[in-house]
Amino acid sequence: MLGRTANDLFWLARYVERAENMARLIEVGYRIALLPRDGEGYHEEWRSTLASAGCAQGYFDKHEALTTRDVINYLLFDCDNTSSVKSCLSAARRNGRAQRTSLTRDMWESLNGAWLEFGNIKPAEVTADELPRILDWIRSRSALYRGTLLNTILRNDTFYFNQLGTFVERADNTARILDVKYYVLLPEIAMVGGGIDNVQWAAILRSVSAHRSYRWVYKQSYKPWRIAEYLILNHAMPRSLRYCYDEIESALDQLAELYGERFACHETADAAINILEEADIDRIFQSGLHEFIEEFIARNNRLGSEIAEAYHFNA
Amino acid sequence: MCAAFDEMNGTGDGVRMPYQAVAEWLGTQKLDDLKQKLVEAEALFRRTGITFAVYGSQEAAERLIPFDIIPRILSAAEWRRLRSGIEQRVRALNAFMYDIYHCQEIIKAGRIPEELVISNSAFVPEMIGAEPPLGIYSHIIGIDIVRTSESDFFVLEDNTRTPSGVSYMIENRETMMHMFPDLFARNRVAPVEIYPDYLLKTLESVAPRGLDREPTIAVLTPGLYNSAYFEHSFLADQMGVELVEGHDLVVLDGALQMKTTQGPRQVDVLYRRIDDDFLDPLTFRPDSVLGVPGLFDLYRAGRVTIVNAPGGGIADDKAIYSYIPEIIRFYTGSAPILQNVPTYNCRKADDLAYVLEHLEELVVKEVHGSGGYGMLVGPTASKEEIEAFRNKLNSEPDNYIGQPTLALSTCPTLVETGVAPRHLDLRPFVLFGDQVRLTPGGLTRVALKPGSLVVNSSQGGGTKDTWVLQD
Repeated sequence: MLGRTANDLFWLARYVERAENMARLIEVGYRIALLPRDGEGYHEEWRSTLASAGCAQGYFDKHEALTTRDVINYLLFDCDNTSSVKSCLSAARRNGRAQRTSLTRDMWESLNGAWLEFGNIKPAEVTADELPRILDWIRSRSALYRGTLLNTILRNDTFYFNQLGTFVERADNTARILDVKYYVLLPEIAMVGGGIDNVQWAAILRSVSAHRSYRWVYKQSYKPWRIAEYLILNHAMPRSLRYCYDEIESALDQLAELYGERFACHETADAAINILEEADIDRIFQSGLHEFIEEFIARNNRLGSEIAEAYHFNA
Repeated sequence: MCAAFDEMNGTGDGVRMPYQAVAEWLGTQKLDDLKQKLVEAEALFRRTGITFAVYGSQEAAERLIPFDIIPRILSAAEWRRLRSGIEQRVRALNAFMYDIYHCQEIIKAGRIPEELVISNSAFVPEMIGAEPPLGIYSHIIGIDIVRTSESDFFVLEDNTRTPSGVSYMIENRETMMHMFPDLFARNRVAPVEIYPDYLLKTLESVAPRGLDREPTIAVLTPGLYNSAYFEHSFLADQMGVELVEGHDLVVLDGALQMKTTQGPRQVDVLYRRIDDDFLDPLTFRPDSVLGVPGLFDLYRAGRVTIVNAPGGGIADDKAIYSYIPEIIRFYTGSAPILQNVPTYNCRKADDLAYVLEHLEELVVKEVHGSGGYGMLVGPTASKEEIEAFRNKLNSEPDNYIGQPTLALSTCPTLVETGVAPRHLDLRPFVLFGDQVRLTPGGLTRVALKPGSLVVNSSQGGGTKDTWVLQD
């Protein structure tokens, strides 16, 4: 496989994943913006949505005020925003087109179809009624791509680089949500309790589609340290940091087996797994949730660069 | 111009034999249903991404080539004749190229003027003395053929450089079989999906001599934004070989290598879809970023095979074109099976005078033009266009040829108002390696404007599925 192909597949998967995460973040932000609140509280919610999406800087370069319409437009349609859903779908399709020969027909058609259909959506027509439908549609397109990948592609390097892209991106996304919202999860605040916090906790779980599964696992009401534990350490939750790294490790091991060589990225992934394996949530809180997450994000970024180097992405 | 020969209805004396079943079927179809089918076909093309880029058009960076659902049909006997003519041409053209880049016997024999070859911009002096495997230069040729009557076929052009369109030949058939399976049950149509297999065999057969393993093959594309990108990726995919861009390749340790996830890997045969000029900045255009520095030296040393070989443009140059019948006689010792269109070389004073006098009736083409750009069709041109060409001819006569406007055959085609005759041509794709391999049929291009003779997709032409019936 060409190094360029591996690079394109890795980023293709990241863009598809990012589009889906973006839809989920908008959904949560919008839910909270709709809640009856005193003063301008919901503006703060949009601020943290932008921060979780890594788009705050770019937004405020273009807009002075936080308005629901501007934020949604920026996150869905703005081509200046490289992480907007439009930019993601377009980049994913561009990469897919460049690597048509590596994709199955089903995979390609899911990407091309998403891109064609999204082109028909006019930003001006995105009303409050339409928004949930569009966000659902974005998530279903991402699910369709993942589905065609899992159901039609050979289990070889094409698959592994796709997996790496998906889970490096997903780990980054979950970690970023935790990073922006960590203060809501701190025990001191939990002592205070109250309706607002419950809304915030639910929002965190919703933004990773985990608000129902939390109850399946814990069979109790939301507790901030349980939420943190769930999103960081749970093996079975498909958007937890632990789960993402299990998938990353598996893809990297299979690449090592296929190519007969291990690199720095393998060591980094193993180290990350060890840290998650040995951690328990009390100690994470003791030594600082915020620091733990920051370290994780930095390591996850480094892993991305090491994968690119090991497999000659930019040779 | 009198009414053209129609592929389905001849000169008006009833439906021709090859079209019997299709004409009968067409008679039972409702226009609205057919139009609906056309919409479905286009959605299918769009979803599959079978698009091409039109240069200089911003708003539609990716367009569909209009597809027509009424097939163009050739009988087995018609195809046999075309086939033998094509094979003869391909062998003669390659013999000509070998000769031109070696002893130049044909010039010494006085059959073709020396300066027409030597000072031709399509002549690549760097190729002199090079020894391509099996002595073949153009392995993939698309021959443009038009028909003017029951028995008259003419070759308009031999595309010996990097002809495109073969992916449409295959996808058009896929689409037709998907939409009208019934039609294929009622007609014995020779399959075309063998082409990628033929292409792979051809490429393997011209691998560098003395290779002690299976050759590694790659398709070289200028990239995503090239008008024929879909085809490049389609062919690589169908053959199961890598699709590479110039920056994926490097000359290393005396070999052409592609940069893979596991480091460099040697490439033996490069099916390139970029022009000669861009192949190697060290030998040709120094500003090229599409090619590979050092590629040409490797080629000359026999370490890699470039398909088609550089310099093949000399055989499809429009100034050489009028000598092709002579070239065929010279190298094969027999008369051409397929005719050329009579051609006036404006570089000759007599010919120029004739062309200037008959601009209203002739087709005038640029010697190095292609894709229907820079061309005058006298009978349909405006006064202004004709005068513009008169000026061009007077200032640069060497740059033009003139040909009589042929009454290209027509075929019933689905248009807005119903089914109406439209002019068409045929481009069979022939492969030449250890043997000549020819897929039955080819790409039929159809001019969609009433009366228009310009079939090029870049000029709004469409395509049809092309059937060769089996006996």
